[in-house]
Amino acid sequence: MSMPAMKTEVSAVAIPPATVAAPVVTMTLKRAPRAEAYARMAKETAARVVPPLIVVALLLVVWELICRRAGSSLPPPSKVFKDTKELIFDPFFDHGGIDKGLFWHLSASLQRVAYGYSLAAIAGIALGTLVGQSVWAMRGLDPLFQVLRTIPPLAWLPLSLAAFRDGQPSAIFVIFITSVWPIIINTAVGIRNIPQDYRNVAAVVQLNPLEFFTKIMIPAAAPYMFTGLRIGIGLSWLAIVAAEMLIGGVGIGFFIWDAWNSSHISEIILALSYVGIIGFVLDRLIAGLGKIVTRGTAAN
Amino acid sequence: MQAYLKLDHIDKTFTRGSATTEVLKDINLTIEKGEYVSIIGHSGCGKSTLLNIVAGLTGATNGGVLLENREVNSPGPDRAVVFQNHSLLPWLTVYENVKLGVDKVFARTKSKAERDAWVMHNLSLVQMAHAKDKRPSEISGGMKQRVGIARALAMEPKVLLLDEPFGALDALTRAHLQDSVMALHQKLGNTILMITHDVDEAVLLSDRIVMMTNGPSARIGEVLEVPLARPRKRLELATNQGYLKCRQRVLEFLYERHSFVEAA
Repeated sequence: MSMPAMKTEVSAVAIPPATVAAPVVTMTLKRAPRAEAYARMAKETAARVVPPLIVVALLLVVWELICRRAGSSLPPPSKVFKDTKELIFDPFFDHGGIDKGLFWHLSASLQRVAYGYSLAAIAGIALGTLVGQSVWAMRGLDPLFQVLRTIPPLAWLPLSLAAFRDGQPSAIFVIFITSVWPIIINTAVGIRNIPQDYRNVAAVVQLNPLEFFTKIMIPAAAPYMFTGLRIGIGLSWLAIVAAEMLIGGVGIGFFIWDAWNSSHISEIILALSYVGIIGFVLDRLIAGLGKIVTRGTAAN
Repeated sequence: MQAYLKLDHIDKTFTRGSATTEVLKDINLTIEKGEYVSIIGHSGCGKSTLLNIVAGLTGATNGGVLLENREVNSPGPDRAVVFQNHSLLPWLTVYENVKLGVDKVFARTKSKAERDAWVMHNLSLVQMAHAKDKRPSEISGGMKQRVGIARALAMEPKVLLLDEPFGALDALTRAHLQDSVMALHQKLGNTILMITHDVDEAVLLSDRIVMMTNGPSARIGEVLEVPLARPRKRLELATNQGYLKCRQRVLEFLYERHSFVEAA
């Protein structure tokens, strides 16, 4: 609706010759609504982006000052950059075996997380729904869940290696078993908290169980589910690095371990920053997805 | 006699652990087709429980509900409920909330286009067609309740059950909505069973008022015919002798003979 209006404004502005000194002022005045919106957006973005940038810069300076002395056990940021320049600027090389660019390592890790986490999301929501819906399922399963969820992820690895006799499925299993608990528990809480009113509506309208699940349960419990899914993705990214250190092969976890074995401390630091950034992005992705899906659910 | 809706010797006892509470005792009531019946009583007398039993959301301990001589004991769209707190699904738009019921009830009998038209028809009956794409959080309390009424009406129920439908609304909105419900009843001739605790509302809207004694073991204390001609006008009734007499009877019942001791 506002498109034609903006167009006429733009063409009206374009008419006066640009050489006149004054038009700069009139232009901003005339295009006020649009320019103002941009200015506000820029301001808001700056307010969010500038403070962390300053903090990071300060930390880098302090780190540089501390680690620049001779005999320091860790490299300063300048040296890290110099050592890892090739890895940063060429993430796609592939010399066979595990001698690959960081892109390949990260994508291998992300792939394992994708498999394990997707399975966990499906199983977690299904089991959570069962436990939330049925009192007997809760009585039977909840104590079991409470015990199993306290087992550290890596403690599952030897057992899964014994069961699967292969690194890849074992790593995926570790991701699954790590991230499934918060999804189950939060989904169950969400299902249990569905207001009786919604159940009554469903009963009067005579929704069948499948319709009740898709039309009432999922949307009503979605905010809780996404809390669980968000915790789950964080945990699975935590677990993959540790698991890969043990199973070896291509993957960011083993890359770090390999770098340590060859005393390439700078590479470890680079890999850690990638792991952190990707973990952050994954968390934001799930949070953003949750925001879109649960729009309107929370407000009543 | 062929009663349209018959509540037949209904008892309801709640059991929690070893403690049992008898809420309703021997409720008998017959309602004719097209009749508007209100159930009034103090809070806690079990009138909402009674409505839930008719709706099939709660089971009766003894006795049962007959609709056109067939026993009903599970919820269904033939006894659509307008809930006190509207109970619209917040993730659906106004249109989708009404459509949820329509799609189930008319899945086989109406085409997609017909169902769509039917939803819009019912929304316009309650003057909510303009807000069809809004979500419940974006409309006022009175509008939500209108949509709740449209959702119930759209299922073409044999009996419309209203559970204190105006209880959560302010006085002006309430009056406005009462007029709307009266007009709808006039136009569509629905059979309506309404729970209320508002004496004026009961007299204004009903053909008969069922007065309940206090619980536990609440019974039907008295049934009052309201012999006022329809359509009724709120302002004219304010000085109408028949209206005032009915009002007086209900007030006497509620505040003299069955005053609520533990009034909270």
